[in-house]
Amino acid sequence: MSNSSMGKKVVQWFDYRLPIFTFMHHSLVDYQTPKNLNYWWNFGSLAGIVLVIQIITGIVLAMHYTPHVDHAFDSVESIMRDVNYGWLIRYLHANGGSAFFVVVYIHIFRGLYFGSYKSPREVVWWMGLIILLLMMATAFMGYVLPWGQMSFWAATVITNIFSAIPLVGETITTWLWGGFAVGNPTLNRFFSLHYLLPFVVVGVVFLHLWALHRFGSNNPTGIDTKGPKDTVPFHPYYTIKDLFGLSVFLIVLLAFVFYAPNYLGHPDNYVKANPLVTPAHIVPEWYFLPFYAILRAVPDIWFVEAKLAGVIAMFTSILILFVLPWLDSSPIRSARYRPWYKQIFWFLVIDVIVLGISGAKPPEGVWLILGRVATVYYFIHFLILMPLIGRLEPTKPLPGSIDESVRQESGTQTSETTRKHS
Amino acid sequence: MTPARTWIIGTVLTVIVAITNIGIANGASDGAHLTAQRWSFDGIFGRFDRTAVQRGLQVYLEVCANCHSLEYVAYRNLTEIGYNENQIKAIAGQYEVEDGPNNDGEMFTRTAQPSDYFVSPYANAMEAAAMNNGALPPDLSLIYKARAGGADYIYGLLTGYEGEETEHSVAEGLYYNPYFPGGAIAMPKPLYGDDVEYADGTTASMEQEARDVTTFLSWAAEPKLDARKKLGLKVLLFLIVLSALLFASKRKVWRDIH
Ligand code: HEC
Ligand code: HEM
Repeated sequence: MSNSSMGKKVVQWFDYRLPIFTFMHHSLVDYQTPKNLNYWWNFGSLAGIVLVIQIITGIVLAMHYTPHVDHAFDSVESIMRDVNYGWLIRYLHANGGSAFFVVVYIHIFRGLYFGSYKSPREVVWWMGLIILLLMMATAFMGYVLPWGQMSFWAATVITNIFSAIPLVGETITTWLWGGFAVGNPTLNRFFSLHYLLPFVVVGVVFLHLWALHRFGSNNPTGIDTKGPKDTVPFHPYYTIKDLFGLSVFLIVLLAFVFYAPNYLGHPDNYVKANPLVTPAHIVPEWYFLPFYAILRAVPDIWFVEAKLAGVIAMFTSILILFVLPWLDSSPIRSARYRPWYKQIFWFLVIDVIVLGISGAKPPEGVWLILGRVATVYYFIHFLILMPLIGRLEPTKPLPGSIDESVRQESGTQTSETTRKHS
Repeated sequence: MTPARTWIIGTVLTVIVAITNIGIANGASDGAHLTAQRWSFDGIFGRFDRTAVQRGLQVYLEVCANCHSLEYVAYRNLTEIGYNENQIKAIAGQYEVEDGPNNDGEMFTRTAQPSDYFVSPYANAMEAAAMNNGALPPDLSLIYKARAGGADYIYGLLTGYEGEETEHSVAEGLYYNPYFPGGAIAMPKPLYGDDVEYADGTTASMEQEARDVTTFLSWAAEPKLDARKKLGLKVLLFLIVLSALLFASKRKVWRDIH
């Protein structure tokens, strides 16, 4: 007894001077959360955990990895063969990268479906998009590190994108490479940045959560919480739910790590980089395929050559999401009460999948055409349909409160709520 | 959209993407369609068949090692496939490596030790290409992971040569093999069926040799496969039980809410 009260006193002493325990208690224990969150809300905490997994496995890999064109490939092989459990660490990190994108893409589409980007959560949305951009840069540079054939050629193709910029393009590309081609200086700086950026992501995650906790989580009805009846404390309700989600997620991730560790990778990356041999098909990792499809879909437009136009289209496809809160004209958040939006939402999902598939194919024939159609539709969705549908759509009536919608769903209407309705 | 419907749609879409997209992105082999073989190391319970790996080593050393290197495998690694120290010393002892410089500043050759990596038949890549009509025989340590189709591809390639009377014409110094992208490979048919006399008494045939050497090369590329699959089983079983317990706890905690 004396021991625990002693501990309590130390905590109080410290907390009085730096209220870090109060802070943690507020944001993890007391934090009032809508009580109707479904499993799509698990993906936020999952993303945070995957980030931690990537950082821990990454730091261990970095202890054994050599960022030099002559040694990088060999050092990764030595991690696989000679380092104790090195194979596990590396397969976790490589598949963890893919898992990160799966989780974050689901997290983003969750936001799109339930209107989580709308007022007052625009800044939460922005921080999320910045995290996405940083993750993409990190994953791209990480993929270069093992210095296999795909590492080298993906780096060459992607950095060449910058040479499309008029006038200064060539200079910028040379500057990025640290030479006249992808080489040792490129590998060194990519390693440095690949180590740095995840910690920048951690910083932006804090901003993301800070902004989120200002107004609290959105929920499947999209209506605001109106009082204590609508919410539950984060702990134990969502801690246990998130733990369950984590456990299921780990089953999927580890099934890949243990039983199909190279399924998502490319065989060519087990061939050492060779600037003199170009692989038959250069394809990026699966999570870049939709953007890759947009990059290649655009033809010459007037005086803008295809390469530059493609680059612009690709970057715009992400940047457009930053202004989505203003493109969407509907006052209602959740697609549950927006029958038209619900249709185009699923159409967008299909559209992005079509883009992904066409990004994996050589840009010719029917896949090039499909890629083009899907690219055009992607922009129509955001630039035309979002502003239009919000104004025209006949929406469904919103429930009076979260509490009421929960009762309706579980069919346990109390006499009290029935009375209110009649 | 009800949660159930959302889940179903989500799952179906995921499966579609998994099957079409990634298969297309990464599996793109340009050669003839491969027949899937049964391998001892396939599946969740798969393990390398030790005797096959050992026979494969024999085929490798007696045939393939004349033209190919295996730079990531050391003789000492053969303990992992059941050889003892004396046997490994004997195997390594058949090869010479260059070492040095010694105290007089001179390079010298010595017999290979268990700590040495498999000795390459060539001094360097230039010599390798020069000795093979300009085609560089690739290092085989990672070939199992470096080709779409993996073990099936290696097996298909080794057994896929057609006889002298093939109607496919290929350039001088190349050989027709439908499994090789493009169909014309610089490697002459390496296995005929009477290439080795197996130490364990197994009757040699082209298929037997091809299977064995493929199993050996798969081990060479993924030596930790057995350990990985064993550990995976324990971890996944643990997580499945844990998930069930967490689900029950979650239900209990939430009972009063809805
Ligand atoms: C006479 C020399 C020689 C022998 C013996 C030989 N190879 Fe080769 N091998 C080559 C050459 C040369 C190439 C390169 C072919 C090319 O690129 O066209 C090659 C390529 C290969 C490839 C890669 C094909 C691809 O997809 O790029 C594999 C796999 C292979 N050999 C396996 C073996 C195995 C297994 C053995 C032993 C059973 C063996 N080789 C014996 C010369 C040889
Ligand atoms: C945002 C989090 C991260 C993502 C998405 C990510 C992604 C990746 C990817 C896709 C690879 C290539 C894996 C392969 O195919 O072999 C990689 C490699 C690597 N990463 Fe990361 N990473 C992250 C964080 C980190 C951190 C924080 C570190 C170091 C502190 C790190 C260190 C390494 C090293 C050393 C390699 C090369 C070894 C290898 O290729 O396996 N990573 N990373």
